[in-house]
Amino acid sequence: MSAIYIMVGASLLLAIGFLIAFIWSVRSNQYEDDYTPSVRMLFDNTTKQENKQEINNQPKKTK
Amino acid sequence: MEVLEKTIEKETCYHCGEDTSNTNFHIQEKSFCCRGCQTVFEIINKSDLCSYYDIESKPGINQKQEIRKGKYDFLDDEKIIKKLTHFQDETHQHVIFYLPQMHCASCIWILEHLNKLDSGIIKSQVNFIKKEVTIIYNYNTTSLKKVAEALTIIGYEPHISLNDISSTKIKKYDTTRIVKLGIAGFCFGNIMMLSFPEYFSLGKSDDADLKFWFNYLNLFLSLPVFFYSASDFFISGYKGLRQRFLNIDAPIALAVLITFTRSVYEIISNTGSGYLDSMSGIVFFMLVGRYFQNRTYQSISFERDFTSYFPLGVSVINADGTEKQISVSELKIGDRIKIHNNEIVPADAMLFLGKATIDYSFVTGESIPVEKSISEIIYAGGKQTSGAIKLEVIKEVSQSYLTQLWNNETFTEDKKDVKVSFIHQVSRYFTYILFSIAIISAIYWMINDSSKVWGAATSVLIVACPCALLLSATFTNSNMIRILNKYKLYVKNSSVIENMSDIDTIVFDKTGTITEQGTSEISFSGKDLTVEQSQLIRSLANQSNHPLSKSIISYLPFSKVLNVKNYQEFKGLGTTAIINENSIKMGSSEFVLGEQVIELNAGSKVYISINESPLGFFTIKNAYRKGLKEIVFDLGSQFDLKILSGDNASEEPYLRTLFGDKAEMLFNQKPEDKLNFIKQLQMQHKKVLMIGDGLNDAGALKQSEVGIAISDNTNNFSPACDAVLSGKKFILLKELINYCRKEKIIIYASFVLSILYNFIGIYFAVQGDLMPVIAAILMPISSISIVLLTTGLSTYYELKLKK
Repeated sequence: MSAIYIMVGASLLLAIGFLIAFIWSVRSNQYEDDYTPSVRMLFDNTTKQENKQEINNQPKKTK
Repeated sequence: MEVLEKTIEKETCYHCGEDTSNTNFHIQEKSFCCRGCQTVFEIINKSDLCSYYDIESKPGINQKQEIRKGKYDFLDDEKIIKKLTHFQDETHQHVIFYLPQMHCASCIWILEHLNKLDSGIIKSQVNFIKKEVTIIYNYNTTSLKKVAEALTIIGYEPHISLNDISSTKIKKYDTTRIVKLGIAGFCFGNIMMLSFPEYFSLGKSDDADLKFWFNYLNLFLSLPVFFYSASDFFISGYKGLRQRFLNIDAPIALAVLITFTRSVYEIISNTGSGYLDSMSGIVFFMLVGRYFQNRTYQSISFERDFTSYFPLGVSVINADGTEKQISVSELKIGDRIKIHNNEIVPADAMLFLGKATIDYSFVTGESIPVEKSISEIIYAGGKQTSGAIKLEVIKEVSQSYLTQLWNNETFTEDKKDVKVSFIHQVSRYFTYILFSIAIISAIYWMINDSSKVWGAATSVLIVACPCALLLSATFTNSNMIRILNKYKLYVKNSSVIENMSDIDTIVFDKTGTITEQGTSEISFSGKDLTVEQSQLIRSLANQSNHPLSKSIISYLPFSKVLNVKNYQEFKGLGTTAIINENSIKMGSSEFVLGEQVIELNAGSKVYISINESPLGFFTIKNAYRKGLKEIVFDLGSQFDLKILSGDNASEEPYLRTLFGDKAEMLFNQKPEDKLNFIKQLQMQHKKVLMIGDGLNDAGALKQSEVGIAISDNTNNFSPACDAVLSGKKFILLKELINYCRKEKIIIYASFVLSILYNFIGIYFAVQGDLMPVIAAILMPISSISIVLLTTGLSTYYELKLKK
């Protein structure tokens, strides 16, 4: 029966780990906006380079 | 196929999707509707941000209205910067802008790549639901003004209002409620799991060691539930008692307290394992209910006053003629200000230079602009629509005609929150009955078996706490709020639904509420116009800037403008001119026909004569909402209907045909008159539902039991109110009101169900041998069946609403 003490302890520790993760996610405002991140993750990181030459006759200015 | 697609492509603006058939702006075979859209495209293209057009097609915001240079000069003011930004260190400032134009995925993309436009912007993050962007920028390389200008250049003009600086703190997202809920759920689950051996052996566990350890683990796990998660019930119950008011939280707190102390006693004295599983379960379910009930629609604010509408900065003309941007709140009587096109007049002021055409739609809902001449007073809240004007301020911002409404006591005290929900009253009876049962069973056991007195009395309080009532209310309300959102009626909180069921009087505002905003109905009465006649009328109307002329132009078919001679405009009467040797007159009956015609029908009339022979007249009136007749007829059988309009009484005869002869109708009502009218009704013990739209209704909306603001575009601003209803769903008004009235029925029904469960529990409890397993079975079963019943009933009534 002593195995059950270890198992209960282990399961509680694991569960507390998830609880802490949950509290952290709430505290870091991950639940504040539940729509925008779902759109944001679909964006590509690269921007299109084509067609640029045709319109930009003058060299690109850097501000 | 490809050719076809190309021609379709060419007809609309590549930037905003508007028709481009009459314009000629092209780059790279892409056509644009206006110079503005083309410029935006050039900037986006130059900054390497063209993905904007790939994510969604034609995502842009129409740029026909040009934005004046120097509009954001006031953002250079140190004081304003300090108030607008919410964080600042040596190099960085953080600012949140509200961008009402945000509407699609492309918007999110471009707003999060702002640093390609201005390298001083370090990070920008969008909250799409709230239509806000948080921008972090380096104020050594750029400035708040430049950031605002960069946003404006690409079509996202930030909405900066007086409200942004007058409300000092930013509402922080409240996380404690979710944390409390999470902890209660965690402890509830684990306590349940550790109680399993107890359930299966029904209290007679063989392994005493195991039982000892599990009991103490349970006790340890229940501490955060009792001291942290359930703390709101204790605080609210205590507050209620201190004000000599027994609210629903007090008996709940008592039940939690009794359950906890008895469980602690049992565990420590090693006489049992307590009811910690039931306690944490009930706390968890109640927190879930409250969480859903308090979750309301984020993007709608219900607390707006005039400061959200008014601009932050205004140009003041100094004595030497130079202009300076100052904050509106610093305006003083006697200041001379310059109002540019499409800007709002921030304080009552006298016109002394320029041509004023003031659109009061913000204030009254009236969409047709009013012309004002020199030395006339222009009231705060009006929007100038014909070029720049100069004014002299005659009243301070807070003392103006419109804004002084907010000095009324209605706005300083929060009346509605004092009103007590019927749930508290029901819970009070419930508590009395419960205590009687507990005392009776205690007395019974005192006589028969004194060892069972405490067991029986506490068990009654443990098993039958009024949590079921709270659960019924919270889950019904949260589900109804969700369903009402689906029908575009956004309520502020759950008490609005409850208040709706007491309503017996409905007061309508006229303009913008029962009429549709921005549309007018034009008809021509007389002989059919020939092509030539309509061309003549159109040419004459084209000369005038009068709003009625503009409506006539939009009504008549497009034609070439002819050469106009001898054009004359008579203020308040009409215009005349000679076109192609025909003399044309256009204006009031007095002016055109030489006699006053008594007007039978509502609306403004414009008479026409060519060469002194009258042709007929145009009727221009507000278009009433579709289905108004049916709604009024339906509601009239159930409620007292009244009309409260800021407009003149010209539409009264028509409204009489809809509302009947008995309905009270008041016209020419000032904002404060409206408020007082509602107060009077309430003094006659009427429960009033006010339906309005403009800022002038704000007082009445606030004072009434339920104030609903009609909004044709829910992204637009609506004044402070209890609920916002989309204009498109106005037709459902009666159904929605009656749906809200079902709330009490649903709550009572689920309350009856929970009483049945309580009977079973009390049956065991009064015998003095309530086993934890029975409590642990009853608790989740009753909670879940209540949730199912309330959800089922509210969905059932929703199906009826659809019909």
